[in-house]
Amino acid sequence: MPVKEFSRKVVITNRLGLHARAAGKLRNLAERFPCKIELIRGNLTANAKSLLGLMALEAGKGTELIVRAKGKQAEDAVKALTDLVKGRFGEDN
Amino acid sequence: MSEVLSEGSEGKDSKVFKGLTASEGIVAGKVFLLERERVMIPRLVLHEEHVGREVERFKDALEEAKKELVEIKERVSSTEARESMFIINAHLMMLEDEMLAGATVERIQNERINAEWAFRRVLDGLAQIFNNMQDEYLRERGRDINAVGEKVLRKMVGQEEFQIREIKEPVIVVAHDLSPDETAQMSLQNIIGFATDVGSRTSHTAIVARSLQIPAVVGLQRITQEASPGDWLILDGTTGQVVVNPSSDACKELQKKKGRLEYVNQELKKYVNLQSESADGFRVRLAANIEMLEEIRHLKLYGAEGVGLYRTEYLYLDKQELPDEEAHFQNYRKLIEAASPHGATIRTIDLGGDKFVHPLHLAEEMNPAMGLRAIRFCLKSPEIFRAQLRGILRASAFGRARVMFPMVSVIEEIRSAKRLLQEAAEELDKEQVPYDHQIEIGIMIEVPSASLMAAELAQEVDFFSIGTNDLIQYILAIDRVNEYVSYLYEPLNPAVLRVIRHVVQGAHQAGIEVHMCGEMASEPLYLPVLIGLGLDELSMPAIAIPRIRKILREVKRSEAEALTEEIFNMVSADKIRGVIEEAARTQWPEAYSLEFTDKTLPVPDFYCPYDNKSDIEAGR
Repeated sequence: MPVKEFSRKVVITNRLGLHARAAGKLRNLAERFPCKIELIRGNLTANAKSLLGLMALEAGKGTELIVRAKGKQAEDAVKALTDLVKGRFGEDN
Repeated sequence: MSEVLSEGSEGKDSKVFKGLTASEGIVAGKVFLLERERVMIPRLVLHEEHVGREVERFKDALEEAKKELVEIKERVSSTEARESMFIINAHLMMLEDEMLAGATVERIQNERINAEWAFRRVLDGLAQIFNNMQDEYLRERGRDINAVGEKVLRKMVGQEEFQIREIKEPVIVVAHDLSPDETAQMSLQNIIGFATDVGSRTSHTAIVARSLQIPAVVGLQRITQEASPGDWLILDGTTGQVVVNPSSDACKELQKKKGRLEYVNQELKKYVNLQSESADGFRVRLAANIEMLEEIRHLKLYGAEGVGLYRTEYLYLDKQELPDEEAHFQNYRKLIEAASPHGATIRTIDLGGDKFVHPLHLAEEMNPAMGLRAIRFCLKSPEIFRAQLRGILRASAFGRARVMFPMVSVIEEIRSAKRLLQEAAEELDKEQVPYDHQIEIGIMIEVPSASLMAAELAQEVDFFSIGTNDLIQYILAIDRVNEYVSYLYEPLNPAVLRVIRHVVQGAHQAGIEVHMCGEMASEPLYLPVLIGLGLDELSMPAIAIPRIRKILREVKRSEAEALTEEIFNMVSADKIRGVIEEAARTQWPEAYSLEFTDKTLPVPDFYCPYDNKSDIEAGR
């Protein structure tokens, strides 16, 4: 059986974008899933479990990203991560 | 910013720098330069069989560095906790990051090079990515990566991080900036001052310095390049001046100033616990302006009668996230409990204008002082406002809280703000969360339109507080930071005095109190006029309270009223100033003894860059 892969588009809407704090939250959430999760911006791909990788995407407000996961709980992982981004990382604006 | 003055100690050039005062006090001492030098590393090509061992060695170093950070995390005090924790946690995450740790292991294995070399290559690669970023904040994170990296490298080569734990003699620490994990590692007993290139009153170094009562000057720009280890430094935390290798004259001058400061402080201590009343027994409350929670111990130290102005902007500045209701609540609760029994006036956010707003990113405006700020901004951003109002209300259950709206210009703003406060209160009722139902509501009087309508606005609120800094600049139509017109800024301008009198009369007719919380309230010379005008409370930096109290206790209200009557016949501020000065000298010499004293003051024991005092006495 082939390994299931899921992906979904999401737009960064919080004011500061994927800064250290937001990236930290994303990374901590990704850590909870056993699958491989990536964030893709254009031709850049970052491991969602790498703080440095996420920051290196330099994804400011308005950036479109693809969240892609492969393996166990991949669908849940994609949903959880996109929800976090849509919820502006729990930031107030 | 530097200038070469004259030949200083040991024949070195003396240089003067001006920075921002971060913590008061004057001190002289030897420079301890905190440099983050790159660690020297060996470069080796490995035999196949040593690769595994090398990977282990690298992992051990990572673990050691992590362990150290966790220990530091536990030591970080609660006052600085939120921001410091974030930085330390980010550093911990970096140590576990595949782009740092994983990539290094790969390099050791694939290129068969030693751990230090592999790691340095990885660090340099990351530095390049971050250095090329557009986003300034993210670019700064490149520095974090370097700091973490150097820490690991030091573990591997066995080099101690800083020798700072073993400082044996008193030193002034000179650094680019200090991070929480650096200050947490310092043995602070031997540090007598801080001087840094960057920073502001709210940066970590400033906060630590103030909590330890160590003089500090920040934002000196190039001090790490201009001062060398072992140089002598005089640091004046009252003016922000720093002198590297001072001449004996400069040293003597500072010595005198320090002596004067100590003498005055000793004198003023007597007034900390005395009543705030005029010589004929009328009370005027002297309260403190507070910017940050850590200052609350100043209330007792200087005998403040509560907090007359709590500036809540610092909850927003230098932060990456807006504070939530809980953060507001916790903060105000501590404040209110410390301000008991007099209570605290909490001013809702006054952002915009001259204040630098990072997280809210207000649109750039042509004339920010008159733009979208303070209550105008809050009414436009009800969600941000609501979190603050709920936080204040919840805190009011723990002591006496007053809420104050800044920069009101029309009555509708008061009504809208009160409605939002009412809504927040009703929500809390529903949630059965306790708060003070009698919480007092006040407004700042700092806009001419509000001043002129004082009698009518007084019907809406429980108190006024005159913010003189803004009021004066709006009355005179001047931009205070514009050097060409700042000469017009004059608290004794007769128009300003008339406006204040009008506000006081309007308020008193309506039966409400008038406070003053601008700089004008802490100027000794103006006090008789403020008494004469009938202000009920003066709020100022806590440190100024004993001095103002001393004068207050020597002046009779009847005399102050007579003087005020006299100056209201005058049309020139210079003339008015002259008359008050004359009265201060002749009518109240005891009140102003510290202002006009010509006494030779005792010279204190001052740590000076000359081995024997005869050098100074001889003027070398």
